[in-house]
Formats: sequence, structure tokens, C-alpha cells
Amino acid sequence: MNELMNNILFLPERASTFAERVDNLHYFVIAVTMLSSLAVGTTAIFFFFRYRRRTPNQATEYVVPSVKTEFLFVVLPLIFFLTWFVIGFRDFVWVSTPPKDAMDVYVMGKQWMWKFSYPEGPNGVNVLHVPANRPVRLLITSRDVLHSFFVPSFRIKMDAVPGRYTQIWFEATKPGTYQILCTEYCGLSHSKMLGEVVVLSAEQWDAWVKEQRQGYLANRQDAPADVSLVPHTARMSEQGQKVAAEVGCFKCHTVNGEPHIGPTFLGLYGKQQTMQDGLSLRVDEAYITQSMMDPGAHLAAGFPNVMPTFQGKLTGPQTAAIVEYIKTLRTPDIRTGASSQGPVYEPIQ
Amino acid sequence: MSPSSSIAAEPGAVPVPDEHHDHHPNYLVDGTTLKSWLLTLDHKRIGVMYLIWVLLFFFIGGIYALIVRLELLTPGPTIIDAMTYNRAFTMHGVVMIFLFMIPAIPGAFGNFMLPLMLGAKDVAFPKLNLLSLYLLLTGAFIAIWGMINGGMDTGWTFYTPYSTHTTTTVAPILFGAFIIGFSSIATGLNFIVTTHTMRAPGITWFKMPLFVWAMYATACIQVLATPVLGLVLLLVVGEHLFHFGIFDPALGGDPVLFQHLFWFYSHPAVYIMVLPSFGVMSEVVATFSRKNIFGYRAVAFSSLGIAFVGFFAWGHHMFVSGQSTFNAGVFAVLTMLVGVFTAIKVFNWVGTVYKGAVDFKTPFAYFCGFLYFTVFGGMTGVAFATASLDVPWHDTYFVVAHFHFIMVGATIMAFMASLHYWFPKMFGKMYHEGWGLVSAALIILGFNATFIPQFLLGNAGMPRRYYEYPERFQALNVASTAGASLLAFGFLISAIYLTHALVFGRRAAANPWRSRGYEWMTESPPPTHNFVGPQPTYPEEPHFYVDPKKAEVPDAV
Amino acid sequence: MQSSSAVAGTAGAPPLPKLAHHFASLEVQNHAARLGMWLFLATEILLFAGLFVIYACYRFMFPDAFAQASRHLDLTMGTINTLVLITSSFTAAMAVHYAKEAKNKQVVVMFVLTILMAMGFLVIKYFEYAHKFHEGQLPGPHYTYQGIQLPGVAMYFTIYFLSTGLHAFHVIVGMIVLAWVTTKAMRNEFSYRNYTAVELGSMYWHLVDLVWIFLFPMLYLI
Repeated sequence: MNELMNNILFLPERASTFAERVDNLHYFVIAVTMLSSLAVGTTAIFFFFRYRRRTPNQATEYVVPSVKTEFLFVVLPLIFFLTWFVIGFRDFVWVSTPPKDAMDVYVMGKQWMWKFSYPEGPNGVNVLHVPANRPVRLLITSRDVLHSFFVPSFRIKMDAVPGRYTQIWFEATKPGTYQILCTEYCGLSHSKMLGEVVVLSAEQWDAWVKEQRQGYLANRQDAPADVSLVPHTARMSEQGQKVAAEVGCFKCHTVNGEPHIGPTFLGLYGKQQTMQDGLSLRVDEAYITQSMMDPGAHLAAGFPNVMPTFQGKLTGPQTAAIVEYIKTLRTPDIRTGASSQGPVYEPIQ
Repeated sequence: MSPSSSIAAEPGAVPVPDEHHDHHPNYLVDGTTLKSWLLTLDHKRIGVMYLIWVLLFFFIGGIYALIVRLELLTPGPTIIDAMTYNRAFTMHGVVMIFLFMIPAIPGAFGNFMLPLMLGAKDVAFPKLNLLSLYLLLTGAFIAIWGMINGGMDTGWTFYTPYSTHTTTTVAPILFGAFIIGFSSIATGLNFIVTTHTMRAPGITWFKMPLFVWAMYATACIQVLATPVLGLVLLLVVGEHLFHFGIFDPALGGDPVLFQHLFWFYSHPAVYIMVLPSFGVMSEVVATFSRKNIFGYRAVAFSSLGIAFVGFFAWGHHMFVSGQSTFNAGVFAVLTMLVGVFTAIKVFNWVGTVYKGAVDFKTPFAYFCGFLYFTVFGGMTGVAFATASLDVPWHDTYFVVAHFHFIMVGATIMAFMASLHYWFPKMFGKMYHEGWGLVSAALIILGFNATFIPQFLLGNAGMPRRYYEYPERFQALNVASTAGASLLAFGFLISAIYLTHALVFGRRAAANPWRSRGYEWMTESPPPTHNFVGPQPTYPEEPHFYVDPKKAEVPDAV
Repeated sequence: MQSSSAVAGTAGAPPLPKLAHHFASLEVQNHAARLGMWLFLATEILLFAGLFVIYACYRFMFPDAFAQASRHLDLTMGTINTLVLITSSFTAAMAVHYAKEAKNKQVVVMFVLTILMAMGFLVIKYFEYAHKFHEGQLPGPHYTYQGIQLPGVAMYFTIYFLSTGLHAFHVIVGMIVLAWVTTKAMRNEFSYRNYTAVELGSMYWHLVDLVWIFLFPMLYLI
């Protein structure tokens, strides 16, 4: 029954506890709406045929409603509307009030990407990892203009407002990958501001968290043996962003998808890039590193050969950090809706 | 001879005016110079000029709509780039809302009909009336200048901080809207004063045609809400040009405060657009089913009720903007009340047809479409007001479809219905009934075909204002675009046969619909000062079709 | 609004205003003009209401900053300005009184006094503004004032300039309206049958005064 309704109404997969609650109200409301449109329509059509005009100047009876009728006109819709309100508002309060044991994730929208960070350490761009069957509270803000965090399969949405935090929570019910869309108009690439939620089963989640922690611990020479004692430090990609800013990458490369003097970093990693010499290469770690050290070797088509070499200017870890940073700027291909091959913040071995 | 001097007088037996031409020329031919039109103080000529301009603006807005729909035909770029697309949907909204829907029915038909329905010779302030037309045009030209020189890419809601930071030409377009606001205030003020002071002897408050009640409620909203929009527009223009910081979070400002102020106007503005159409439909249903309005006072008071409650429902646009849960609850309940008032109207319209004598003419066809759009669109609005359903639907295509149904659907239906219903009154010509019904069917079908897929797109989760979209949304988008083409085709047919009727149409009788509406108590088209000879008297209510020979026993249901 | 009855009076100073063709009687015409003016005043109040709401919100968000910044305004100048405006409202009301008695000369005197006080108001306002400019309390990016180091102080001065600026604009418009009515009084147009223009002009002036009576405590006192 629910499946049938979902197909008729084109509703996406139901993957959160809120989705189940809200969908039930949805069926109720839509069914009543359709029935009452139908009822009004049929009554009207019946009246048109029953009371056709017989003579041009036909006189009619003077019909006025009794108080009872008018009372019915008011009370009938009011009962339905208030019932919906009670159900709907109860659910609204439910979805606006996160349970105490919810796991926190900080979400920051910016033109045109989503950044996620977990209090215990890892963070990432455009891909949010959460465990299934565990309440997750999202604390949402924005760095520039309004955005809105929307996951159709979870039926949740909350605006990202610069200068304040808003919150919403959900509990994903089945592992899988679900699309995040921005629903508050935020400029040129509003429709490209997509991300995904990867819902992991309990075991996968634990494994993932462990991997994350090991990943950035491996880069620390003074890594303590006990992972749980690790203080919150900047991850490699964040260091990469810092280094990239320091050595001036952003003078020529944007991170918002617009080509500048050089190709944009957004979505660069993993892309099939056509080169000046006609060659088509997949942008991977090797290519990015080569481009930093010997920029002229394979020049992306349509861009001038003006990049200086960074051979000797960047240390090995710095180069790796920049590569890692560029990797976080990967975007899923929105037109096909295909999910990216995996989480953006793969561990660094 | 006064047309209503006798109760038994057949409606439609108004004297044919051709012999009076020398003494009392109709308003269309009384002065033929350009100046006599451009500087006229006659409410009828001003109404006709309004009609011409809003039709032009409707055309411009429609072109933008078609560009948007064509672009959305494929998931990727189709005909234009992202920036052009963002400008196109913004301009579609701005033009349709500020230049078509707000001035359309009050400006064109309100101006023309209100004094006629009140037995007045003109509106209270004819000069202000003319001024409001020119304010509209001034604002429109400033805005259109801005559109040509850069356009605006913020969406018609111009939410801060995006609107204060974008590099597009926000300032002239919003300043144009600011001036249009003055036009709207002037019209509203004029109508309120006219209704209060210009009613002919015999027309008491509860004998006013329901169109007048609806215009009165509309005018109240225009006068009370528009100044707040004016202030907001000025502040956004100031922010954009000088970066005051009132709404800029970087300087301590609060963008949500902007949303509150914006929707304080823009939610009642929805009723500025839709209340006149409720008025038109009350007239149409009474005339074409030859029946008194079932529950006249209920319909009249529910207009005022909508106007009043409409001021306290704005927060339902912000359920997911970070306002408090308590706020959301209060605004949700108040929004439900708007739904109740609208339901009262719908039931009473259907009740009007009961025991009537229905003549299925083009305006009545539009009335049927209107009933359907109002019930379905209105109830989806109530669904939004449950707050929890707003969470998945907010800012998706479901919203787009919802407001196109209730606000645009109802207004378009009423605009087309009044265009046909009052065409003989305004121009003294008859349109072709067959083509009228054909195009009405096309428009209603096209409207459904355009927006029902958009309801489903919203359910599926497609956000509005998307230039590109995931491939799974394509089928519904194609369906919607196909529907939009049908809709455009329907309007094209209307434009052709109405233009044809204007020139070659059969001469209309003074009261071709045999209506008892007060506006039909004069010639068609009316003489310059509306009435020839003594002031008509108004012994009966305006929707009165009882056989005078029968005893008047109200039949209570 | 004021035009319909006032413009109707043509040259030649008739004792009665001309009745426009579409009105049933002079009483109706005057009633319409007065009702129109009241509605117009309602729109003006709502225009300022938006600013009051903005003030209230930010006062709530930055209570300390707003309290301290408001101490920084020149209370003496503000009080003098308040007195000047209230007095000018009194003279405007007196003008209506004299117009009813057909004492057109006194009407002129009263309105000239009102306009002079309005100018006085603007001059005092100019000195206040000049002081603020000098201290760098300008809105937006020009704000350089370092006196109070609290978030929200810049917002306070932005609202101060917006609301007093909008009010000053209304003062100027009011002066023009009153000057125009004064010229009519000079032509001896007013009598007990015809004083609507004077009444409406002074109603508008009372509104300008009233708005200031709200702005003054809001910005200077609390």
C-alpha cells in the first residue's frame, strides 16, 4: 500500500524515521485533498446538469443557507485542518527536538559545497558519513549566503543561515547512499551544490571511524599509541588548504568551479581531462603531483602555460597535503546522479 | 428611462444607446486624440489603459516562463547558461507578481467596474488614479531598464545576504518595485475611499456587489502591507549600494529578520492577488446561474477575514528558516484559518449553483477551472501549514506547483473570466463563444499539464531554481514543459479571437448576459459619466433573480 | 488626497471650493479627502513601523551596545528638537483654527512659524549629524568610531541614521506641503466652508511630529 502510494506520488525511498512519520500524514492529506476536490467537482458538475438554464430569463428561487449549513461549512474543514495540524505539528516538534543521545555533526554550507565536521575529528567535503539507526543531530550554518540542507530520502531540510546555527536531526534506517541537495537559492552554481549522505551499518561505521583516526595519525610522528587520546588536530586536507593558500595556488585556481587562469580545483580529482596535446588523462594523485613539479608536462587544454614549478618549494608532506586537499574538492557528477566512488576522506597510508 | 425603475424590467432590456451618440457618446469615442487618452481622468479609460499594459507585462512574463521551461527540458544546459537562467526565473517572478498579478484585476477591472457597481460617476480621486497608472509605468520602465542592463539573479524573493552581494543590477529593479508599491497603495487608498463615500443612494454595505467587497478587502491589504515592503526594498537597495549592514550577518545583521519583514508584505500580497479573483468569480457564478449568492454575508465577511488573518500568517514561509518551534505552531494555526475562510467561499459558490439556471458560457468554464484550482491548490496550502509536511516540501517544486495553482491559477482563471464577462461592457462587442470555450479548455488543461508534474517533481525532491538537475527528474520536467506549451497555445488563441472581436466582433447588447449586476444597469460601453439621465435606483441586491410575481420566501437550506 | 479638494479651488478666490463633478456634495468631497488622508497616514505609520521592528530586534540582540550607544547621542539637542517640533505642531493646529474663522492672514503667520520651526529642527539635526560624521559613526563601511567596543554599536548608528534620515525627509516633504497651503492662504481661499487643505496639511505635520515623538525616546532615552 505504502509502496503504491509512493509510486503514485513519486516519493523517493524512505530512509529515515521521520520519513515514515511524515509520509503517513502526506497520504492522509493528499487523499483528503483529492477526495474533496473530487467531491466539489462532482457536486458542481451535477448541479450544472441538474440546473441547466431552460429559458433566457429564467427566474430562480431565493436560496439562503440556514445557520446550520453555514456552521457545517465552517466546522467541516476546520475539523480536518486542525486534525492535520495536531498530527503535523507533533511531528514538526519531534523533528526539531533532537534526542539527548544524538551524535553531533557540524554542517557548513558555502558557495557551492557542504563541509561536515565531527567533534571527534574527521571532516570532509560533500560526503557525510553517518551510522544507521542512530540519531544524528546536524548543526548547520553557512559561511556566505543562505543555503538549505535537504535530503529527500530522509524528508529533512533546514536552512543554513550565516551568523547562526540551526539544527535538525534524523535517524537513518538503512545503509546506503542518499543525495543532499541545496534548496535555498545561493547563486550561479546553486544546482551543482550537491553532496551525499553515506549511511553505514554499525560495523562499517566503527571500521570507518577507526580508519579515519589511523589515517591522520599515520602522518604524525609523535602519534600516541592509544587512538582515543588523540587530540583534535587539523587533518591533512586542511593543512593542504593552508599550504595552498600560503604558496598562492588560489591566485590562479578557484575552488568554486569557475575556471580562472588555471583549471578550478573543484571536481578536478578523478576527472577525465583533455590535454593541450590531445591526450586525455584521468586526474589522479600522480598527475596533480606532476603538474606541481613540472607544470608544462601535460597542460590542460584551454589554459596558458604560465604556472611556475614548485619543485623544491614544497616539501613532500606539503605536496601530499595539497593533493589530499584537491581530492576533498571532488564533486559527484550531478547530471547522472552517480555517486562518487567512495568517501572523499580516504585514509592516507 | 432608468433601467431598473421597474422590478419586472427584463434584465437586458437596457436601452440600446445608438440614438444617444450625439449627446452622450460612450467613453471609447468621447475624445479620440492621444492626449484625451493619456491624460484622461475617466476611470474607465484608465482601466482600459491598465488592461493594455498588464497584458503586455503578462506577455513579457510569459516569455520568461517559456524560456525557463525550455531550459529545463534537459538535465544539462539546454538553450541558455546558468546566469541567464537565474535571471530569467527572477524576472519571470518579478514581472508576473509586481507587474501583472498585483495590478491586473484591481487596476483594469477594479478601476472600470467599481464606480459602475457603486452607481458612482468616478472613483473618489481621479487624478490619483491616473497617477497610480503612471507610477506603475515609471516603476515598470525602471525595472525593465534594469533587466536589460544586467538583470537580477536573486529570485523574486531577493533574500539577503545574496541579494546584497550579487553583482547583478539589483538596485534599479528593486527601486522600480518600490515605485510600483506606491502605485499599489494609491489604487488601494482610492478604492477604500470610493467604497466608503461614493456609494449611490440605496446601495448599503450589504447590497454592494461581492466584487466590491473583495476589492475593498484587497485595498485594505494594499494600503497596510505595501509600506512595509517599501521600507524593505529601500533597505535592500541601500544595503546593495552602501552596505549598511542591517541584514548582513558579517556586520551583525540578521538575514532572518529580512525574511520576516519581507513576508509580512509578501504573504498578504498573495491575497492582494487572489482576493480580486474571488470577487470576480462571485459575480460570474451569480450571473451565469441566475441565482442569488448562497450566503452573501459569509462570502463578504470571509474576504475581510482572509485579509485580516492574512496579516498574521507570514511565518509559514519560514518553518525551516530557523524560527522557533512555538512561532511555527502559531503561524500554522493562523494559516489554517485562511483555509477555513476560503473553504466557506468555495462551499457558498457551489451552493449558488444549487437550484440555479446554469448557462455554460466561457466565463463559467473559467469558473469551473477556478473552483478546481482553488480547492486543490488551497488544500495543498493547508497541507504545507501542518509544518511537518513543509519540511520535505519547502523550496521544492511542490511549492512552485502549489502557488501556481492557488495564486496564479485562480488569478488567471478570474482574469480570463472577467475579460470575457466584461468584454461586452468594456468594448461593446461580443467575442466568439465557441473559440472562447476551446481556449478555456486548452488553458485549463495546459495549466494542469504544466503544474501537476511539478507537484510530483516536488515530491520526488527537485528543488526550485535549479538550472541543472539529476537525470531522474527529466521525464516530469518534459511533461511540464509540454503542458506549458499547451498553455501558451491556449493564450495565443484567446489573444487572436479577442483581438478579432475587438475589431470585427458582433455589436453587444447593453446586457448580453441578462445579469442583474449593478454594472449592467448602464449602456455598453458606458457613456463618459457612466449614467445617462437620472441616477439609477437600487431597490434590489445585485444578485437577484427571483420571479417578482412569486412571493419572496427565502428558501433556507 | 489633499489635491482633490484643494486643486478644485481655481483662481479668483471663491469662498467655496469647487465641487468635482463626480461627488454628490461638498460634504462627501471633504469626507473623502479626509478619509484618504487618514489612510495615507496609516501607510506612513506602517512604513516607520518596519523601522521600529528592526530597532526592537537589534535592541534585543545587542542590549548593552544599544544602551551605551544611545547614551552617546546629544540629549540636549534631541530635547530641544522635540520641543521645537511639538511647538510647531501647535502652530499648525492653530492654523486650522484660524482657517475655520476665515482669518487667512493668521493662517499664513502660523504656517510660516511652523515652517521656520521645521527649518530650525533641520538645522539642529544638521549639527547633530555633523558631530556624528566627525566621530566616524557613519553607517556601513564608513563606520570608524572606536569609542564603544561592543558588537552592535555600528548597527545602532545605522538605525539612527536610517530612521532620523527618513524622518528628516518627511519633515522636508511636510514643509513643502505647508508652503503650498500657505500660498493658498495668501490668496484668501479659506473659510469655515473650505478649510480641508489646511486641515490635511496640518494632519500630515502632526504625523511628522508624532513619528518624532516615538523616535526620540527610542533613540535618545531608553
